Amino acid sequence: MNRIEVKDLNVYFGDAHILKNINTEIPKNTVTALIGPSGCGKSTFLRTINRMNDLIPSFRKEGDIILDEEDIYSPKYDVASLRKKVGMVFQKPNPFPKSIFENVAYGLKVHGIDDKDFLHQQVEESLKAAALWGEVEDKLDNSAMSLSGGQQQRLCIARTIANNPEVILMDEPCSALDPISTTKIEDLIHKLKNDYTIIIVTHNMQQATRVSKYTSFFLNGEIIESNLTDKLFIEPKVKKTEEYITGRFG
Amino acid sequence: MNINKIIPPKIAQKIMNGLFIASGLLTILILILVLGYVLVKGLPVVNLEFLLADPIDSGRAGGIFPMIISSIYVTAIAGIIATPLGIGAAIYIVEYANANRAVRLIRFGAEILASIPSIVYGLFGLAFFVVFLQFNWSVLSGGLILAIMALPTIFQVSEVTLSSIPSSYREGSYGLGASKWQTIYRVVVPAAIPGIVTGIILGMTRAISEAAAVMFSVGSALQTPISIFDPGRPLPLHLYTLATEGISLDNAYGTAAVLVIIVLVITIGTNLIVDRYQRKMTGG
Ligand SMILES: Nc1ncnc2c1ncn2[C@@H]1O[C@H](COP(=O)(O)OP(=O)(O)O)[C@@H](O)[C@H]1O
Ligand SMILES: [Mg+2]
Repeated sequence: MNRIEVKDLNVYFGDAHILKNINTEIPKNTVTALIGPSGCGKSTFLRTINRMNDLIPSFRKEGDIILDEEDIYSPKYDVASLRKKVGMVFQKPNPFPKSIFENVAYGLKVHGIDDKDFLHQQVEESLKAAALWGEVEDKLDNSAMSLSGGQQQRLCIARTIANNPEVILMDEPCSALDPISTTKIEDLIHKLKNDYTIIIVTHNMQQATRVSKYTSFFLNGEIIESNLTDKLFIEPKVKKTEEYITGRFG
Repeated sequence: MNINKIIPPKIAQKIMNGLFIASGLLTILILILVLGYVLVKGLPVVNLEFLLADPIDSGRAGGIFPMIISSIYVTAIAGIIATPLGIGAAIYIVEYANANRAVRLIRFGAEILASIPSIVYGLFGLAFFVVFLQFNWSVLSGGLILAIMALPTIFQVSEVTLSSIPSSYREGSYGLGASKWQTIYRVVVPAAIPGIVTGIILGMTRAISEAAAVMFSVGSALQTPISIFDPGRPLPLHLYTLATEGISLDNAYGTAAVLVIIVLVITIGTNLIVDRYQRKMTGG
């Protein structure tokens, strides 16, 4: 069963045609990796799925994105509930300058939950799910800014999980992290894929092969090739894909 | 011609280091000199009676209690009005208006407001608040003028601070489903609090130190103002009157010392609170 269906998607920023005729399906509770050279539209694609591009005045799109049989761009679709359902983890860890607890509780509070016991329970569960609980359980009131970069990124994942999403979008979540922190995030992704549909943008081919089941190769705003990750990396069907994954450009 | 040949880099470095240290020391020296002079001359007359008694014989004797209350009144009125307006305008500019003509107009307006001499504000206050709106000579009229004077400071400092809040905070908040307003009041403004508070304190210390801006509008009453429509005489105005009318130079220094201490306490106190808040926020 598919969680997300993208039909004839075209995205423009002003006159610039950024995404061209994207047709793809993202299956439920698996990891899909998006690879491709810088500037080919991976982030833009990701940010179209949780409507973050709505914040950019020159953004315009054609085509549909269907999540659980619903068109997320239909006028009656509530953006706040979409972004609760489709969480996002950014390239640079961006915790709020608040306590660890407040960071994780943020989404719940924003969505109107203020029951203290429930918040505490959710914060604990989310931190456990993000493999961070053991490191922070006795300093939940400390500022999130005092954590290391890798811890901050796991905190951002916990913050997203606390919203009880169905989909998690990750835009190069390890690109600002050291190898050990990167491994921890990858282990975490393996753990999370049973419960969440994960779409991860990565510059790192090894990472794509390690964490994802499916991979889509983007080039100049188009999806050149999508396949099972193993197949795409072992026997790419398109010449361009082969050139990219063998490091001939990008 | 090579500058390095005239002054070798190492020596140039030493000279510049010396100059920087000297200007730092000089700044502190001037501060100590001014504060020290006022406090040494003024503190001898400051005692509990001076703080809590009414003035006698135009201020030749007695205390400055009504002036302290007047100062609190006008400064509080200025703060209550200028703070929400200044912060509100800054939020509008940074979070809502896309750098358009209205934005430039508001910024330019704030710069002009900030550069108008305070005596001109005083005249405007007389014409507008005292005469036209018929608030008469009152702490309300004085407070309103000070509000207008403090407004650009609070606005400008708040705007700079809000603009410096990383957009990644806003993205994180939107990404969790927060609305624009939730993002502003739950993330952006709390992160900007240290800067905004600094702006408020700058505006308020400017307001509490003003004589010229209020001299035509607050009256010159020697009684303690009870209602906001009562006239008063804030500390700087009292100090000015005592000194220029040759009433009592000793009590002028005493008044100055009290004013300086109030400003110091406000500034140092809020700095300490802001530091603590910032440490809690950033863990630094
Ligand atoms: N806010 C924006 N306004 C205009 N153009 C943008 C904006 N964001 C991205 N772009 C352009 O869209 C293209 C795709 O960018 P992006 O999706 O960030 O690529 P990727 O994530 O694959 O590196 C780039 O050419 C970039 O310059
Ligand atoms: Mg990108």
